[in-house]
Parts: sequence; structure tokens; C-alpha cells
Amino acid sequence: MISIFLISSMLIIFAIFLSLYRATVGPGVFNRTVAVNVIGTKTIGLLVLIGYYTERPEFFDIALLYAMLNFIGTLVFARYLERGELWS
Amino acid sequence: MVIGDVIVTLFLAGGLFFTLVGSIGLLRFPDFYTRLHATGKCDTLGTGLILTGVIIYHLFHYSGTPLVPVRLAFLVFFIFIANPAATHALMKAGYEVGVKPWKLGDERR
Repeated sequence: MISIFLISSMLIIFAIFLSLYRATVGPGVFNRTVAVNVIGTKTIGLLVLIGYYTERPEFFDIALLYAMLNFIGTLVFARYLERGELWS
Repeated sequence: MVIGDVIVTLFLAGGLFFTLVGSIGLLRFPDFYTRLHATGKCDTLGTGLILTGVIIYHLFHYSGTPLVPVRLAFLVFFIFIANPAATHALMKAGYEVGVKPWKLGDERR
């Protein structure tokens, strides 16, 4: 039963590599921002699966912190792209 | 114990299906807005299903410590609120800047 977490982690890493194509060669800065947001969301699931595969529940705190940092970073970057400045 | 494993496998398979479909949509769609349409929903639901399956696995196999997956439940709640908000902010930023929507016959960009 524990090996299904390994297989799921490998498939999530495959999806991350598919998104990495859009993050590197995607035309324009908006496509790259979308791809970075998608990679961050997939990394949350990957961290939780690694935490159950190695049986270390410390990874859940890292996943929580990563979710919050991903959300704040995407909001700040969207605001910067929209207005050209952060504080106005 | 076996029925719990079957339920966990179904949840993980559904989550992986939605995650891979979101990635393929991010690769294949022709426009910024359609790519956001593909990833904003598929990614949220895929990660939520994976975390729900993991919570059920914990409740079946490590029933001595039922307070550990409360963090994961908070994580599911946060993702279901935060990820559509981030998608909406990005789409509004693109609309304000002036990214043209794709029409039939245009070139992919």
C-alpha cells in the first residue's frame, strides 16, 4: 500500500515537467506566471505524498507554508503586472 | 482494512487524473485565458482529491493519532479558497493590461 504513494509522486513529477515546458518557453510573462502557480499547487500534493511515503509528518507543515507562500506570491505578482508598481 | 485501501486508491487516481488533465490543458490550449480556464479548476480539484485520499489513509492506518490530518483538512480548505482567488487575480491583471483573447483562425500564442 505504501508503494502507491511512490507511483503517485512519480506521476505528479511528470505533470510538473509538463508544466515546466510552459514555464520556460511559454510566450509572454502571463503564461509563465500561470505555469509557476500551477507548479506550486502540484508541489503541495507532492510534499504531502512524500511525507506519507517516508512516514515523517513534518512535511505537512512545509506543505502549509508552501501553500501560503504560493498564494501570496501569485497575488503580489498579479498586482505588479496590473499596475506596474506594488504600493500606490 | 481492504475497503479503506480501495477508497484511498480511487481518490488518488481521481486526483492524479485531474492533475494530468490540467497539465495537458496548460500545454495544448492556444491562449492565456483558456490555459487559466484549464488549470484553475483541474488543479484545485486534483490537489483536493489527493489530500482527501491521504486523510482517509491516515484515519484507516494510523488511527491512534487522529489529530495529525487536521492540518491537511485546513490545507484543503485553504486551497479551495486561495487557488480560485489567485486565478481570478491573474486573469483580471491580464484583462487590464490588454491581452487579446484568441479567436478561431488566429495563430496560437
